[in-house]
Amino acid sequence: MDAIILQILNGLDKGGAYALIALGLTLVFGTLGVVNFAHGALFMLGAFCAVTFNKLLTLEKVTLDPTQLTPWGTAAEIKTSLVEAWLGEYGKVLVNYSVPVSIIVAIPVMLIIGIVMERGLIRHFYKRPHADQILVTFGLAIVLQEIIKHFYGANPIPQAAPAAFAGTAQVGMLLGMGDAIPYPWWRLIYLFFSLGIIGIVFAFLQFTTYGMVVRAGMRDRETVGLLGIDIERRFTVVFGIAAVVAGLAGVMYTPILPPDYHMGMDFLVLSFVVVVVGGMGSLGGAVAAGFLLGILQSFASMNEIKSIIPGIDQIIIYLVAVVILLTMPRGLMGRKGVMED
Amino acid sequence: MFGNLSRQDWVMFLGFSAVVLLAPILFQPIGAAYPAILEKFCIFGLFAIGFNILFGLTGYLSFGHAAFLGIGSYAAVWSFKLFTMNVIPAIALSIIFAGIFALIIGFISLRRSGIYFSILTLAFAQMSYNMAYSVLTPLTNGETGLQLTLKDPRIVDAMFITPGTGLPRTTLFGLEISGGGLGGFYFTAAALIIGFYISMRIFRSPFGLMLKAIKSNQNRMRYTGFNTRPYLMAAFVISGIYAGLAGSLMAAVDPLAGPERMQWTASGEVVLMTILGGVGTLIGPVIGAAIIKYFENIFSGFNETALNSVFNFLPDTLREPIVKLLSLFVGEGWSLTLGLVFMAIVIFLPGGIMEGVRLIASLFKKGGNGNKPAVSGHAQPAE
Repeated sequence: MDAIILQILNGLDKGGAYALIALGLTLVFGTLGVVNFAHGALFMLGAFCAVTFNKLLTLEKVTLDPTQLTPWGTAAEIKTSLVEAWLGEYGKVLVNYSVPVSIIVAIPVMLIIGIVMERGLIRHFYKRPHADQILVTFGLAIVLQEIIKHFYGANPIPQAAPAAFAGTAQVGMLLGMGDAIPYPWWRLIYLFFSLGIIGIVFAFLQFTTYGMVVRAGMRDRETVGLLGIDIERRFTVVFGIAAVVAGLAGVMYTPILPPDYHMGMDFLVLSFVVVVVGGMGSLGGAVAAGFLLGILQSFASMNEIKSIIPGIDQIIIYLVAVVILLTMPRGLMGRKGVMED
Repeated sequence: MFGNLSRQDWVMFLGFSAVVLLAPILFQPIGAAYPAILEKFCIFGLFAIGFNILFGLTGYLSFGHAAFLGIGSYAAVWSFKLFTMNVIPAIALSIIFAGIFALIIGFISLRRSGIYFSILTLAFAQMSYNMAYSVLTPLTNGETGLQLTLKDPRIVDAMFITPGTGLPRTTLFGLEISGGGLGGFYFTAAALIIGFYISMRIFRSPFGLMLKAIKSNQNRMRYTGFNTRPYLMAAFVISGIYAGLAGSLMAAVDPLAGPERMQWTASGEVVLMTILGGVGTLIGPVIGAAIIKYFENIFSGFNETALNSVFNFLPDTLREPIVKLLSLFVGEGWSLTLGLVFMAIVIFLPGGIMEGVRLIASLFKKGGNGNKPAVSGHAQPAE
């Protein structure tokens, strides 16, 4: 029993990342009708927001101290973090919490990146066929990841979770099961974080007037336009929001997976599969499929299952996608009439 | 038999063959006349021609074509390992395997169209890639890649020749293919010319017209009581076979095969080549492949020292920022250039280089006598 719970938990944090990326993809597809292959790159850019923020915080001032000597007889170098020098104890806390704090930085950055991307490039591709959209955003994704590679190198850059959350949580105790189910705190936090973001996005769409207009635009863009609403502008904002969601997913994922320049591509392929399984244009479907596929993947990587079907952990997601696509043309929760063939 | 090829087509075909065969001389001035890169031109040209038969004619965008390339490579290397170093059986085996896989994957993927088709092919390619990396290690040798060893049985060869010391080279009945000689180039060039001829016949045949009709309006085709499936299947399998052939040639000129050949970025690369050259045109994909491979070679060879020597004439203050800026785009940053060029092509010139050529040609024509209708095979964006 606890093995099963552990696998579900293991799947949920990855599923959370899939769900967040797929949510953004679906939002963009549902509003703008654009298939965005550069969405994974946004996830990656978010992760590198965290890296950059951490780098800035840990900038060091090197001073030579002639009173202390190194074994080589030269003056010892004293490295002091600038932030710590300026802010003292508070600076140390800031460095420690650099990953969650960089959310504050990432939100405006990702919003701007998203809006610029939409205004500058995607806008001109509304009317072009899906194949063209795929191709141009694929090109954009290559460009973005190569720029990141140029500045940050090809190696993954590990980011530490705040010390307070570095250990493992005894989930079994929390559930009153008695048995200890050890689970890293940060992954647990990631799970709740992703649920929170998903909740916020849904609440925004469901309970605000702005969200209502956006939803109306998803249904029938022309009529909304006839009512005198500048739907294009709202959709641009939606694209920005999708970028922020992907970016935040990336920021918080850095302690789980050290970010490198091609992480976006790796996640993109899977997230696309998630979107298609959930049903193009269905937000709920994207979230559900994200978690579902995450859990399936973690179950498939159990040794018991791998010994029955070797290699299943590598292909399970794609296999599920193939089966779903062939049996359910609209995916799990796709709306009728949206991209059915 | 040659009825459906016009005079113009023959001129194009002969011109193409001549350029390919004379490449070791013609490409001398641009420094691309050595066999290794010419072989790449031919192999990737063949790959792109095959991809174009699917994407250019039917508009189905496959994001998993590299899987067939990889399968072809593995099949060929296994043939070298088990049977003989002769390339003919290897190619035959690759074509058979790639064909079978294309049949299976096509049968499933072609049930859907549009973006779903792209995702399905992508899923299959990623499955093959992941499996080649993990479970199929006994077959594929995992990350290291499949290589020839001294312990290989090579049953057929063992019957006729006493093995020499060291690893044998791939041959075509005695003519050395691998090892970087011109033999390898002429072999791949012959394959490219044959592949080009077949693709030309397909483009001009009633079958090709059917595929174009499917691209422009599949529903209308269906309404007329026409079953489009078998035609799509045939196109998919043919293009899969082209990819398998390209894979086997890759193994023939350099007998090893690794899983990275199947990764989806490799599938993306052939899409780039085709788009760059011109989707749906005959020569475009080959030109696109050659350009990408050529510039990959040139650009990735550049580094900051090379740039510094190029801009030697500039004063230091000006040179440094220019070199810094340009170093973004060369060497390791070659992919960045590729991405930018690719975006520019999709945005401004969806028909690729061939459309550009046509535009320029029509500018000159207007000055002359009237405007001729555009050559068919004009690239339309796929549905």
